[in-house]
This record gives sequence, structure tokens and C-alpha cells, in this order.
Amino acid sequence: MKIVVIGNGMVGYKFCEKLVAKSQPQQFEVVVFGEEIRPAYDRVHLSEFFGGKSAEDLSMSPMDWYENNQIKLHLSDPVQSIDRTAKTVHSYHGITESYDILVLATGSSAFVPPIPGVDKEGVFIYRTIEDLEMMQSYSKKAKKGAVIGGGLLGLEAAKAMIDLGITDTAVIEFAPRLMPRQIDEAASGILANKLEQLGLKIHTSKNTSEILGDDCIKGMQFSDDTKIEVDMLVISAGIKPRDELAKLCGLEVGHRGGIVVNDKMQTADSFIYAIGECALHQGMIYGLVAPGYEMADVVASNLVSYINDDLSNTPLGVRGGEKAFLGFDMSTKLKLIGIDVASFGDPFINTNDTRTVVFEDTMKGIYKRINISGDGKYLLGGILVGDASAYNMLLQTSKNKVILPPNPEDMILGGRAGEAEGNGVLGLPDDAIICSCESVTKVGICKAVSEDGCETIDALKKCTKAGTGCGGCVPMVKDLMVHTMKSEGKYIRNVLCEHFAYSRQELYDLVKINKLKTYDEVLDTFGNGDGCELCKPPVASILASLWNDNILAKGNSTAQDSNDRFLANIQKGGSYSVVPRIPGGEITPDKLIVIGSVAKKYSLYTKITGGQRIDLFGAHLSDLPKIWEELIAAGFESGHAYGKSLRTVKSCVGSTWCRFGLHDSVSFAIQIEERYRGLRSPHKLKGGVSGCIRECAEAQSKDFGVIATEKGWNLYICGNGGSKPQHAQLLATDLDSETLIKYLDRFLMFYIKTADPLTRTATWLNKMEGGMSYLRNVVVNDSLGIAAELEVEMQTLVDSYKCEWKEAIENPAIRKQFSHFINAPEEKDPTMKFEAMREQKKVKDWS
Amino acid sequence: MENWFYACKIEDVPANGGVCVKYKEEQIALFNFSRRGEWYATQNECPHRQQMALSRGMIGSQNDEPKVACPFHKKTFSLATGECLSGDECAIKTYAVKIEGDKIYINLHPSAPKGELETHELIA
Ligand code: SRM
Ligand SMILES: Cc1cc2nc3c(=O)[nH]c(=O)nc-3n(C[C@H](O)[C@H](O)[C@H](O)COP(=O)(O)OP(=O)(O)OC[C@H]3O[C@@H](n4cnc5c(N)ncnc54)[C@H](O)[C@@H]3O)c2cc1C
Ligand code: SF4
Ligand code: FES
Repeated sequence: MKIVVIGNGMVGYKFCEKLVAKSQPQQFEVVVFGEEIRPAYDRVHLSEFFGGKSAEDLSMSPMDWYENNQIKLHLSDPVQSIDRTAKTVHSYHGITESYDILVLATGSSAFVPPIPGVDKEGVFIYRTIEDLEMMQSYSKKAKKGAVIGGGLLGLEAAKAMIDLGITDTAVIEFAPRLMPRQIDEAASGILANKLEQLGLKIHTSKNTSEILGDDCIKGMQFSDDTKIEVDMLVISAGIKPRDELAKLCGLEVGHRGGIVVNDKMQTADSFIYAIGECALHQGMIYGLVAPGYEMADVVASNLVSYINDDLSNTPLGVRGGEKAFLGFDMSTKLKLIGIDVASFGDPFINTNDTRTVVFEDTMKGIYKRINISGDGKYLLGGILVGDASAYNMLLQTSKNKVILPPNPEDMILGGRAGEAEGNGVLGLPDDAIICSCESVTKVGICKAVSEDGCETIDALKKCTKAGTGCGGCVPMVKDLMVHTMKSEGKYIRNVLCEHFAYSRQELYDLVKINKLKTYDEVLDTFGNGDGCELCKPPVASILASLWNDNILAKGNSTAQDSNDRFLANIQKGGSYSVVPRIPGGEITPDKLIVIGSVAKKYSLYTKITGGQRIDLFGAHLSDLPKIWEELIAAGFESGHAYGKSLRTVKSCVGSTWCRFGLHDSVSFAIQIEERYRGLRSPHKLKGGVSGCIRECAEAQSKDFGVIATEKGWNLYICGNGGSKPQHAQLLATDLDSETLIKYLDRFLMFYIKTADPLTRTATWLNKMEGGMSYLRNVVVNDSLGIAAELEVEMQTLVDSYKCEWKEAIENPAIRKQFSHFINAPEEKDPTMKFEAMREQKKVKDWS
Repeated sequence: MENWFYACKIEDVPANGGVCVKYKEEQIALFNFSRRGEWYATQNECPHRQQMALSRGMIGSQNDEPKVACPFHKKTFSLATGECLSGDECAIKTYAVKIEGDKIYINLHPSAPKGELETHELIA
């Protein structure tokens, strides 16, 4: 059977993928026409193009996927006509293909309202990678932006403007509120507030009457006689189904567009199907990807069962197959400009026999609403803005008609979200859809774990496809996996990888007791196989934490993570950075001059870091030892910017100069930084010391923070910046300096011994049973009786500290490793390219 | 077999690690998988972001398949076949290696025989 697919977008591609998966090779001959220049890509994540993703990253499958599956793909070649009598299609480049079955997956285009001036330069739509590329080049000369449309797509476009650097952007919405179709007025208000905080200007109830300017857009005129200046505009006000081909060959289309289909996705011509955003099903166009995938599944399943059941005597096309499309839930969860927005079920329902619970926190910008049936048994729908962590659970609860607990409001207020969610997912029925993008059920996931042995998220993704679409269901998939494994009596430990059946903590103890000194000894004694990039760095880190030998000493250098192996962070293009230690941020003018002259000599880009020191970027591998030689001669030492080890202890100027300072925070910060420099740990460590409660050193955002009080120092621990910032918590108050250092020794050593790899102190504490009170008991009250031991271990490490860069430059065997070409050590990597910027250099962007 | 060129000495390549070898305009990553007594050569460029970096990557195995992890984003590639083991990056080229005495030779010709057998024999 020969199938021709028109349109190689998300849904057209999914159809091919499903057909390949369900059928035997050679059962179908498939020919695809795509109008765009590249094979199907992930339009849902289009905006990430501006966040640095390449067209390739967004691609659904590379070109050779089509080849390998014998699918003929004509790109840049739109179909121009369909001859239904001859059953052929004819393309722009003159190709004529016959078909037995034709699938229209032409998607939609942006709806452009008929405003005078929309054809001016600087006016864009937002649908394809080409649109984005055009925006990108135009944006360089634009300062003031605007977006028409305050719905889902409009806000997506507004984010794109911010990403393009046009932060002065206005959002123009015709309706009185943002996202009128998904969320209610209160939620829109909260959303508007948050967007305004980001610098966007929100204009609702605004009707654009004209686009001003000569050739290029200069401004916008509104019907209420106001106007604004604009030099770049994106129209993102809705979609228009691409039904022009269907119309041309006489198929029925809706009066507002869309190709009319039945439950089998057949058009008025039963040999022609329409799926995705071009299809009009029961008066409805689905502008989301999940329903499109379901439509693709319906058609692929029915065509395969037609062939397999050998119904060739029933006329093809008349028999539609068994599977039907029965409408689709329009629940959505989006991350708009970093703000969660979700709505599910019936978000607006508000009748006499329903109840509504609303939680609102205008300070934090959080709004949650759930609609419950009058008898309190069922969840009917709801809205979440600002925090949509409960979305999956709520959606499943409403979709599967799960009976609600006695206090349903806990579902949106619940303090212990993790726990509630874990129990929640287990309470769902077996056929609950967990991944709606790929229609994977709960039982499907559990079976893949128990019967197919998928015991990692990656394995589950490969085998079930769950979590490969929008990714929102991954936490639930993980819960189900862990639960299924536990119920089979499998002990779940955070083992390092396939080569070591131990957690980091277990391995730490084993290595210590057995006095192992190299990676190979550890692998031979406690592991199997040859090791990999997952177990080498943590084992190397354990060895360094225990024995403090030079990390490049023979046998261990190639077990180090790549940055440690060259004692520097690798940068785009393959150059390295140099970060000398500047304890507490204090530096003499002479040392500043040395940094300046070294940077000049080796042509390095210099920048003050967020950690109060100076980073020199763009060093060639072979220059590293020479650069360090000069720095060390001037009294510098390694700053360990490359290691999972102590970075900086930030300080404020403190009582020596500041009129508010209570103690000398700089001296104390230097003392602490020098004490723990070079200390290898499960993840990096940062500290801060502030001279008073004004907290200019931001100590409470560090792994350990010290703040001066009238009587001594307060000690805070387990704070974190990064993607999930968390403030440090108070461990003890009014300490003298010796006690504080004692507590720090115990705390850091306990962390080093027990944390999982790459776990910062904040995450380590979050996972610790008993939390802060347990940790305080261990550190302050010595509840485990190990305090003295921890202090001794730390002191040993402090005493054995050596600058590893100094050792590296003095050791010819180590020095030899710092060349790009082993057989041409003087030559530098010729592919490394730099460009000039603001009187310094920058690395050439990767393509 | 023709087309063999001299790369470097055995002692130049760290145990269980790699170095980059220059041959005309080409950059080749050469790996001493001493744990298995095997040698491998591949292109030095990582196909993910076209970075000349594979020789600086960590090597190891996955289900016994020897592999290297790129230092940039830890994409992994089979040292034996060049196939990308993490996601759908394109495969990398692999080359034949032979040892004579303490000297290592590489052959960029695609038909040159690869595999542990030959190198084992030559080491012995
Ligand atoms: C240079 C610097 C940015 C700057 O120009 O200011 C920087 C640069 C890098 N940071 Fe950072 N971070 C820098 C301060 C910070 C800060 C601010 C601070 O320390 O006060 C933070 C947030 C605070 C925190 O860590 O809690 C920060 C959070 C991160 C994270 C996220 C950590 C987390 O736990 O989530 C990473 C990723 C990681 O470590 O896995 C990271 C990783 C990186 C890396 C190493 C990425 C990489 O692997 O190439 C960057 C390369 C640096 C280089 O080559 O030298 N950087 N980074 C800052 C160096 C400070 C220093 O003197 O050592
Ligand atoms: C910026 C943006 C953000 C979005 N965010 C989300 C989201 O968060 N969640 C969500 O569910 N959905 C989202 N969507 C919607 C989602 O992308 C669409 O629902 C999905 O792409 C529809 O797939 P499709 O295959 O029907 O159409 P498309 O992906 O548009 O594909 C149709 C293809 O057919 C081609 N074509 C048309 N006519 C012809 C012809 N005559 N010959 C050959 N080829 C032709 C077109 O060029 C196009 O490549 C978003 C869309 C955009 C633009
Ligand atoms: S925040 Fe840190 S890791 Fe991210 S780009 Fe800046 S320096 Fe690099
Ligand atoms: S450049 Fe190699 S993994 Fe990204």
C-alpha cells in the first residue's frame, strides 16, 4: 500500500514514526512532502532556539532515520494540487506521486489580523525556524518591541523578544485579560504582575488600528487614540489551519477553516485523512501537539490493522478501522518566561452544585484554583500560576475520577508535596495516562519495569517513550519506577554506575578501611569492568578526600574529570581558564599588576568573577604551565575553580573600614578560605563572612555562611545559589572563632563522608532524614560520637595541603601532558578561533 | 598494508587515557586502554559541537563496549565502532592502530584492519 503524507511537521512525522513502529518492513511504501527546508523539528520548544539550541537539537529525527526506514522525503517541495480521481499529488518541483492513501498533515499558519501596515518591514510571525532566524537578524537594530496577542503563543513570542535582548517589549491583547482561554481573571492578574516585573508592558483591551512607519515599522496606533513607538513587532494572535489544498480539491472545510474529519480522521474523501492542526474534528481545531499525536496514532493503527487483517476485498477507505479519535483533553502546562502556568479539566466551572477552592499569594505571585463537585468527591478542573508542581497529580486525579481525600484543599496547599505526590501516583488506576504526549499508561510503565527490566529513566524512555515529549511526567514516571522496583523487593541504592554496586558513602568507607590509593585498585577490589565517566570522578574525589595526594599523581590522572585532569576549566572552543586564589577577595596592588601583565602576555580575557576574584580566559593548553609558573612565582596559588572543592569564601570589608562592622570579616574569611583550600568534596563548596547583619557578603546563600554578632559569629549552613536557590539555615549562634571552626570541620567532613556524588550541601540536607535538627545534633551535640574523629580527619587534610599547580609545573611527567599534539608539542590547536570584543578577545561562537 | 604513519611512542600516551596526534591537517585521538590491553584511534573532533576534544575525554566501558566521553557535554562514543552511545549525535570515525616495538602507528585508510586481535598480536 502506498501512502503519501503532505506536511513533515510534528504530527506528520509522528505518523511516520508510529507507522514504522507498528508495521513490518515493506508493508507500506511511504512518501512525504515537506514545505520547510529541514525535516520535522520540535515546534513546541521552538523558543529554545534563542536559548542556544540549534536546529539540529530541535530535530525530531535526523535525515538518515527516513532513509533507514525507507521513507522517501521531499523537502522544500510543497504539494500544490491533489487529483482525487487519478489519486495523485503534484508538487512545486514537478513531482507527481500516486497514492492509495493520502494523509494531510499540513498544520496551520499564524493568523494575521487585517490591520493596515502588517506588511511593513520589522513585522514578524512566529511559527518556523526561518521566522526565528529572520527575527534574530532584524533584532540587532531594534530596541522597542511589541507582540500582538496575549495568549499562549503571544507570551511565548514575548519571551523570545526578551531572549533576543529586546527587553523593552509591550504585549498587546484584545481581550480584557491575558490567556483568556486558559485561565481566569485573578490568575491573569497574577501572571500580568509577574510579567511586568520582568520588564514587559501589558496592554489589555487594546485594539490595534494601524501599523505606523514608512517602509519599516515605527509605531502602533490603537483604536482608543493612543499609540506607542515600536521598531519590531511579532504577531502571534492565533492560528489558521492550512486547508488550502483541501479546498482546492473540493474537500469539505469548516467556515472558519479546518479540514472536516470524522472519528477515524477521514475527510469527505475516505481515501484522504487529515491529522494535526489542519483537522477540524467535531467543530474543534486542536492547537496542541498531544491531540495531534493521538490522531496520528488512530490513522496509523487503522491502516496497519487493515493490512494485517487482510481485508483487501473490502474496499480500502470505506472501512476506517477500529480505532477512533474521541476528542482530547485540552489541559496544558507551560513555562512562560520561567513562570509556570497550567490549566486542566474545566478551569472555569462555577455553578451552584460545584465548589471552588482558591489559594492566592500575591507576594510570591502564586495562584491556585481547584473546582470540586458538590459532593466533594471529584476534581473537575483548575488553574495553577506561579507554581504548577501539583499539575500532573491534579490532572490525573481529575481525568481518572479518583475519589478525593477528605481535605481536597491539601492538594494545592500541601506542605510535603513530594510525599503526597508519591502516594498519589500509586492511587491512580492502571489505565491512567501518565504521559499524555505519548499516551503511556501507568500499567505500561510498571510493566516495562517489572517485565522488560527497565530500571532507569533512560531505559524507560527508550522502551515506552514516556517522558520524551514535553517531559512533564518524568517525576511521576520515576515514582512509579521506584515503587515497582521496591515492591519486587529490589533494594534501591544510589549506586555509582554499572561498574560499582555501592553508593558513594559505602565506597568511601571501603576505600578508607582497605587503604586503597588508586582508581584501578578500587576498581579491582570493589568494582567490575573498565569504569566510565560516571564512576571515575567520584572515586577520584574520594581518594583525594582521604589521602590528599596530588590528583595528577601516576595512575589517577586519567580518572579525574576532564577539568581536574588539566587543572583548569575547559571552555567553548577548547581553551582553558586560569583562576588564581584570592582569599577573601583581598588583593594587593602588586598582585593585581602581575595578573594584568600575565594576561597581556598570554592574550587572556580577564573578568571579575561572582566569587570576588579574577578569571583569565582563553588560555591554550600548552600555555597553562607557563602561565601558572609566572603566577606562582609572584605568590599566587591554585584557586581550584576546576575542582569539586572549596571555591571562595566571600567577605565584606568588615570592621576594619566599615562604620557598621562588628568584627574583622576579611581576616576571618581569609583564615577560613586558607584552612579549607583544596579540600576535595562531593560537589563544590562556597563560603561567606559578613561583618554584620546587613550581610554584604551574601553569606546566607553559601554552603556555609558566617555573620558577625555583638557577641561572636552566627553560623549558617547548607545554602545554595544555582538553579534552585535556597537560603542557608542557622546552625548555632554567638560562637567564638575556635568553636566555629570546630563546627565547620565536623560539618564539612560529615558531608564529605556521606553525600552522593555531585550533591551540594543543600540537597544533601534536604534528603537527610531528620533534617536540620538531626544534623545539628551530629555537629553540635556529637550525637554519633564521631566529632573528635571528624576534627582529626579534617586537620590531617589541612596539614597535608599543597598547591597542586606548583607540583604540576615542577614535575616534568605531568607537565608533558599539557600539549595539544603529542607529536608536535609546540603547536597549538589551529581550530581554536577568537574574535575581538570591547578591547579584549572572546571565543568564536560554536555553530 | 600501506598508509601507516608513525604517531608516537607507547610511553607518550597515559595509561587509560588519550592524546591527540597530528597528521597533516588531521587531528586524531589515540587511546591507550591499558586496562584491556587495547589501543584505539578516532577522530579528535566531537560531532556534537565540533570541538577538538575527544582525546581529552575519559574512557571506560558500557556493557563491555569500550567508549570515550567528550569533556564538553559528556556525549559518549564507542571506541570500537564509533557509534554514539548517548542520543543521536552522528558517529565518529575510527582508525586502525598497530604497535611495533615501542612505536605506535595509525592508518587512516577506512579498510585498514581494526580490532584488538591485531594489536594484541603485535604487542606480544
Ligand atoms: C567565573 C564564574 C562566573 C563569573 O564570571 O562570575 C563562574 C563560571 C562557571 N561556573 Fe559558576 N561561576 C561563578 C560563580 C558562581 C556563583 C556565584 C558565587 O559563587 O557567588 C554561583 C551560584 C552560587 C552557588 O554555587 O551556590 C555559580 C553556580 C554555578 C553552578 C550551579 C551550582 C549548583 O549547585 O547548582 C555551576 C554548575 C556546576 O557546578 O555543576 C557552575 C559552573 C560554572 C562553570 C565551571 C561551568 C563550566 O563547567 O564550564 C563556569 C566556568 C568557569 C571557568 O572556566 O572559570 N556555576 N557560579 C564565577 C566564578 C566564581 C569564582 O571566583 O570561583
Ligand atoms: C511558538 C510555539 C509554541 C508552541 N507551544 C506549544 C506547547 O507548549 N504545547 C503544545 O501542545 N503545543 C504547542 N504549540 C503547538 C504545536 O507546535 C502544534 O500543535 C504542532 O506543531 C502541530 O503539528 P502539525 O504537524 O499539525 O503542524 P506543523 O508542525 O505546523 O507542521 C505542518 C507542516 O506541514 C507543512 N506544509 C503545509 N502545507 C504543505 C504542503 N502543501 N506541502 C508540503 N508541506 C506542507 C508546513 O510547512 C509544516 O512544516 C506551539 C506552537 C508554536 C508555534
Ligand atoms: S551562569 Fe555560570 S555556568 Fe552559566 S553561563 Fe554564566 S558562567 Fe557559565
Ligand atoms: S562538544 Fe562533545 S559532547 Fe558537546
